[in-house]
Amino acid sequence: MTMRRLINLKRVEARRIYLTYAIVIAAYIICQVMSSTKFLSSSMRGMLVPICAYMVMAVSLNLVVGILGELSLGHAGFMSVGAFSGVAAAVLMQSVIPFAPVRLAIAMIIAAVFAAAAGFIIGIPVLRLKGDYLAIVTLAFGEIIKSILNNFYFGIDSQGLQFSMLTDTTRLLPGGKLIIKGPMGIGGIQKIATFPAGFILLMISLMIVFNLVNSRSGRAFMAIRDDRIAAESIGLDITKYKMTAFVMSAALAGAAGALFAMNYSTIVANKFDFNTSILILVFVVLGGQGNMLGGIIAAAVLTILPEKLRSFSEYRMLLYAIVLIVMMLATNNAEIKEFISRFNPFRHKEAE
Amino acid sequence: MTFLNFFISGISLGSIYAIIALGYTMVYGIAKMLNFAHGDVIMVGAYVCFYATSRYGLNPFLGIVIAMIICTLLGIIVERLAYKPLRQAPSLAVLITAIGMSYFLQNTALLLWSSNPKVFPSIIGRGAFKLFDGELSISHITALTIGACLVIMAVLTLFISKTKMGKAMRACSEDKGAAQLMGINVNATISMTFAIGSGLAAVAGALLCSAYPTLMPTTGSLPGIKAFTAAVFGGIGSIPGAFLGGLMLGVIEIFAKAYISSQLSDAVVFGVLIVVLLVKPAGLLGKMTQEKV
Repeated sequence: MTMRRLINLKRVEARRIYLTYAIVIAAYIICQVMSSTKFLSSSMRGMLVPICAYMVMAVSLNLVVGILGELSLGHAGFMSVGAFSGVAAAVLMQSVIPFAPVRLAIAMIIAAVFAAAAGFIIGIPVLRLKGDYLAIVTLAFGEIIKSILNNFYFGIDSQGLQFSMLTDTTRLLPGGKLIIKGPMGIGGIQKIATFPAGFILLMISLMIVFNLVNSRSGRAFMAIRDDRIAAESIGLDITKYKMTAFVMSAALAGAAGALFAMNYSTIVANKFDFNTSILILVFVVLGGQGNMLGGIIAAAVLTILPEKLRSFSEYRMLLYAIVLIVMMLATNNAEIKEFISRFNPFRHKEAE
Repeated sequence: MTFLNFFISGISLGSIYAIIALGYTMVYGIAKMLNFAHGDVIMVGAYVCFYATSRYGLNPFLGIVIAMIICTLLGIIVERLAYKPLRQAPSLAVLITAIGMSYFLQNTALLLWSSNPKVFPSIIGRGAFKLFDGELSISHITALTIGACLVIMAVLTLFISKTKMGKAMRACSEDKGAAQLMGINVNATISMTFAIGSGLAAVAGALLCSAYPTLMPTTGSLPGIKAFTAAVFGGIGSIPGAFLGGLMLGVIEIFAKAYISSQLSDAVVFGVLIVVLLVKPAGLLGKMTQEKV
């Protein structure tokens, strides 16, 4: 189905999509070869899974920001819903499904379902708003999710699943196990996330998003982005389409969250704060809104960059900030030329 | 009486939010951008005030004046270097640049002043007014904060409505192109807005750290986000809205801490924001813009 629709596309579109797949696959093969020949340092190898998770996050946020044209500042919230539900599911399934890859896959699916449900619940109020107000409400929801998960206790014992809020009142029977420990998050996670799993998740997300974008819904998204009133006047159900994009994006973010969480031994809700949401937004904007490949590359570069700047020790985050500002100034071309010409005495005379 | 105590400390916290929110709302009204670096200007102001008073032994009020001057200059420089080149760029690009600027300020502060938290000395001591046989106690800093907020609001309202510059600001926020045609220097007006907002941020920084005396390079970010929320709450772009939104947010936060749960107070604050925006999608005092087809 996917293939036929893609082949029937106009050549430019199809070429861009195939190029994206090709580059992702090539990058995967190169990384695998480099890592098996010990060419990658161990710190770089440890970053492969987070990079994959961030790439999926970039793709999923791009669907909302680039294709649907709504600014979301709380995407890390969906990531944390996915991370917590996915890891909790993986812990519960530990004895039932001993084979790690299958457990990881099921955990990611459960994470996606939970995050999609969160996206749906949040989408009902959020999508009634517009522009900056919509953005601030997504920010608010991101913070609310963080607050709730920071105070959420969840455990299992012989009587079944136990929940509580604020303080640990789960009163587990002996032999029970507290899985989510409020502000302590989840500890002792089995690190079952692998680079191939991350690659597969990225490919699946790309297929889902490309397929969605090049369908009737995708064209509706872009019509809504470009002119909401015109789209409404030709009978498009704005709320339905916005909700589709929002829920799909949340689901992918949830799966990415589960992948991300299972690469670490502990995970806390504060990891998925406003700064993480912003980080993902930076990937999307820097890579070009609506451009999946750009977002993926930006995610990789900006995750590796702080690591590569480590030789500058305490100056590295400062350099990161400067790089970010300069890149933003440089990518908005016309202005940067004028900006540079102010420092260039020869150019200045010419302009006059 | 405890209720009244909570209410007053809520108003005091809200006054700080209101002063910060003014910076957000003025910049948004004129430049149509969310200046995410604003919270970090607060932090810079607090550090300058801290060093002026505790290192060089200056009078705290002189310290605030110095902090205001430095923050005003900082605001103008940041605007000139990072935001002005992007005047015609899409708003998201400006947003990301502002976030980069926020990281930049935070990390510069980290290098200059280290990550060790500093204990900020209150600018007017830790005394308190006792009323009703000591049942109601209002600390001096609380009174000063509320007073400062009222004065700032009054002066700013007069400035916006009576002076020529204020008129230029209103014109620019209405229609930049038309304002330019009327001979208003739009760039200077925008710089002026950043200058005022950043100067106010310095005051807010000193007041914030006097009430909550831990000073770190990240001190400004959470109050920044909350004040931004307050600005949206009141209707972004509206100065009375920022005032009202700030006060309400402060009161709600303190009440949520006192009567619901201190851990969930942020969730309550943001929950109220969402409910308000659902009922009034442009904030409490925001203008609903009619869409033209």
